[in-house]
Amino acid sequence: MQRSLMRRFSVVDLYLWAFRIVVLMVVVWGMIGTIMARRYPGDVWIDFVVFGMSQGSIYALIALGYTMVYGILRMINFAHGEVFMSGAYTGYFVAAAFGRSGYLDRNPVVSLLVVLAVAMITSTAIALLLERVAYRPLRRSPRLVPLIAAIGASFFLQYTFRGFFGSGFQAYPEAQMLKGTWVIAGIGILRTQAVVLVASVLMMLGLYAFVMRTKTGTAMRAVSEDREAAALMGIDVDRAIVIAFAVGASMAGAAGFLYAIVFKQVHFFMGFVPGIKAFTAAVLGGIGNIPGAMLGGLFLGLFESVGPILFLEGLGIVAPYQLKDVIAFTMLVMVLIFRPSGIMGERLVAKKA
Amino acid sequence: MSMRRQPWIAAAQKGLIWGGVAVFLALVGMVETFAGRQIVVGVISLGLALPVLTAVVAGYQGAQGHPGGAPGAFLARGALGGAAVGTVVSGLVVLGTFVNMRSMFVSASPTMFETLSFGRGVSGIPLVLLGAAAVGAVGAAASLLSPGVRRPLVTALAWTLGIGLFQELLQILLHAEGTRTAVRELLFVEDGLSMRGATIVFALAWGATAGWARRGGAVRQWHGRLSAPRQRVLRLSSLGAAVALLLLVPLGGGLFLSQVLVLVGLFALLGLGLNIVVGFAGLLDLGYVAFFAIGAYTVGLLTSVGEHGIIGLSFWAAVPVAVAVSLVAGVLLGVPVLGIRGDYLAIATLGFGEIIRILVLSDFLRPWLGGSQGVLGIPKPMIGGFEFRGPEQLFYLTLASCALVIFIAMRLRDSRLGRAWMAVREDEDVAEAMGINLVNVKLMAFAMGAAFGGLSGAIFAVMLGSIFPHSFQLLISINVLALIIVGGMGSMPGVIVGSLFLVGMPELLREFAEYRFLIYGASLVLMMQLRPEGLWPAAALRRELHAAEEMGPSGRAEAAAGSGRPLEE
Repeated sequence: MQRSLMRRFSVVDLYLWAFRIVVLMVVVWGMIGTIMARRYPGDVWIDFVVFGMSQGSIYALIALGYTMVYGILRMINFAHGEVFMSGAYTGYFVAAAFGRSGYLDRNPVVSLLVVLAVAMITSTAIALLLERVAYRPLRRSPRLVPLIAAIGASFFLQYTFRGFFGSGFQAYPEAQMLKGTWVIAGIGILRTQAVVLVASVLMMLGLYAFVMRTKTGTAMRAVSEDREAAALMGIDVDRAIVIAFAVGASMAGAAGFLYAIVFKQVHFFMGFVPGIKAFTAAVLGGIGNIPGAMLGGLFLGLFESVGPILFLEGLGIVAPYQLKDVIAFTMLVMVLIFRPSGIMGERLVAKKA
Repeated sequence: MSMRRQPWIAAAQKGLIWGGVAVFLALVGMVETFAGRQIVVGVISLGLALPVLTAVVAGYQGAQGHPGGAPGAFLARGALGGAAVGTVVSGLVVLGTFVNMRSMFVSASPTMFETLSFGRGVSGIPLVLLGAAAVGAVGAAASLLSPGVRRPLVTALAWTLGIGLFQELLQILLHAEGTRTAVRELLFVEDGLSMRGATIVFALAWGATAGWARRGGAVRQWHGRLSAPRQRVLRLSSLGAAVALLLLVPLGGGLFLSQVLVLVGLFALLGLGLNIVVGFAGLLDLGYVAFFAIGAYTVGLLTSVGEHGIIGLSFWAAVPVAVAVSLVAGVLLGVPVLGIRGDYLAIATLGFGEIIRILVLSDFLRPWLGGSQGVLGIPKPMIGGFEFRGPEQLFYLTLASCALVIFIAMRLRDSRLGRAWMAVREDEDVAEAMGINLVNVKLMAFAMGAAFGGLSGAIFAVMLGSIFPHSFQLLISINVLALIIVGGMGSMPGVIVGSLFLVGMPELLREFAEYRFLIYGASLVLMMQLRPEGLWPAAALRRELHAAEEMGPSGRAEAAAGSGRPLEE
């Protein structure tokens, strides 16, 4: 009995090892191939890195929402990508109005801040509504029930936006101020990317301070450590949950705004893929772990930006950029399979999940 | 004082909430789109029926607040609820008249405002308010009626609604010489149910329901008195009649109905497969569409006479290969995720599904799989001289596959393996402690589910004659998941019911297709809250619920906890 069990497990293990080795070989072989080919000069790589960092910081902002909600409720808020989309989309209407009236170029800082605020407020409102209507009644249900409700809510929100605002792409207006590049330390950086990087770093620092320094933040951390004990200590668990949703959603709204100024368009389906990737980032950093989500996001963005060229082109694959998402999804699957506690190795997950 | 005022405030609040629902339905475009779908020609369209329905519900719910009050107050509260809906809707009409909402909301069209204000614009508002209040009072009155009156009324309304909505299909069915044409002319005019037809349908349905309420007990008693073999004969003959009726569908129903039923059948096949993975074994798989794609592409590549065909096998030779390939793929994708549980499993399988779709779509694999151009020139299957040319013929293929798969799934469910799956679903750790080999059992679930998905994909490939990566989006997985959950997890009749509702309905009512995923999303959320066990729950679940009813209120809480069982890890 014991032996047969051992044998079967070893077949599975063998398969998993083969999986790891194949992925590793693809990566190493591809890297060697690309580097040997020397097709890309150094500053191209720097561009990739900067692009990846700005992309990654957007993922990191979205990932914060996943990680905070998971930390407290042990639930994947599948509709979080749609919360992100709703912020970007409503921000678009304000930005378009500013663009039409010319205010966007007369007073770019103020108008962009207003757009940002609108995006954050809408996302927060949608997430709170979602929590109240779809998730709260299910809080005591088995774990897959809220997940299925969240999947439903995700599609409901997507197609609500489609029904409201149409199924086409909407072009985000561009502020003159954000066109072109800034040269910082000898490196030319697209202005939008610089804004994204700075804004998201500021926001993440603010969030970190909020969670670590304020009383509410401490309460949230306590609830995510042990909900019952926190309740016994007189912490209002419902309030902590609502605040986790609200803070996570406002970060997602900000991410939606930043995403829209980089990619300059919005669409009802735009939240899905960034949502999944941000979830990957959250898992990568150890879900429930706030600094982990930030690092995970940056890491994923970097990987995804550099990866297709670095790993795949060396293998002689045509149009490697089409496979950009494959890299992200492969990372997702690999992390879930081999290191579900994330690269940061969060203790909390091992204990609770 | 406040005690007396409270139910009124509650009624108004309910009305405002439902008014919000009505505005949502209008802005999302349903009112406009459904305005063209007549229920009774010249009297009411589906577009108008939606806001009317919200007012009815608002009236019904608003009246409930204060039980035991005078009927007059009851009706007045209902009217207040309805009027609140009317107020919100009127607000929308006013806004739409003075502000150009269309620059933002694409559905805020003149048609929509016409439908909402009875074609009168702002001057129609008194009419809207009065109408809404009246309808709300009707809703309140409905809750005052005795069940003996209410049930036939609701059933008769439902029949009228159903026949009005599906008039197109019914008219096609009745398109023949003789009595059928006479019936058609009696009930329908050119583009829908006539007032005369609606009255007839309503009266007939009322009569039948009322009659059954009076005589049904006697019939059931007569059936109960029959000997067991007699009952069996009766059951088998009704089953046989149902099968015969199904076999005749393409002959009587024509191309359109067959087409719809083939799609329903394909999704039922997918649902039966996913039901094994999700419903029986409790493994939430969001990448299920991958196996559908693998089955379709295997058949496509093996049989195609186009540029990507490999050997030009016949369909019958390719199907077993497709099923086998999907089965192997199920195992290969299953092994890595063996150790992952619950919600992580859902995300990991979603990742696999997307990886496969993107790979198929990419230029990298284009020389073999055709990239976004897809695989073309898949020939139709032949038996002897009989070609499965179109939906009318493919219907039989789908029906036969469904029957086969239902049989296999039933046998699996009742087998040792099936019981092991359910044990794993209830509690993985306990199942393992009981000596169940988790690795084998889970892999079997993935493999069987994948095989059914592959079969469905194979039929899909020959149905379309060409396959494209765009047909294999995540939405298919969500669609299948939705139909299992609406039907009832782990329940096979539930899968059929679910696919009839969620696949058949949007196909028959073209306007619904637009709102398909909106409705799926809403139904997933609502089902999880109201009826997590589904419309047609599996026998085990139903037994648990009934046991609780027999035990009385104390057992009810337990039953509520048990009703979500199949979802537990």
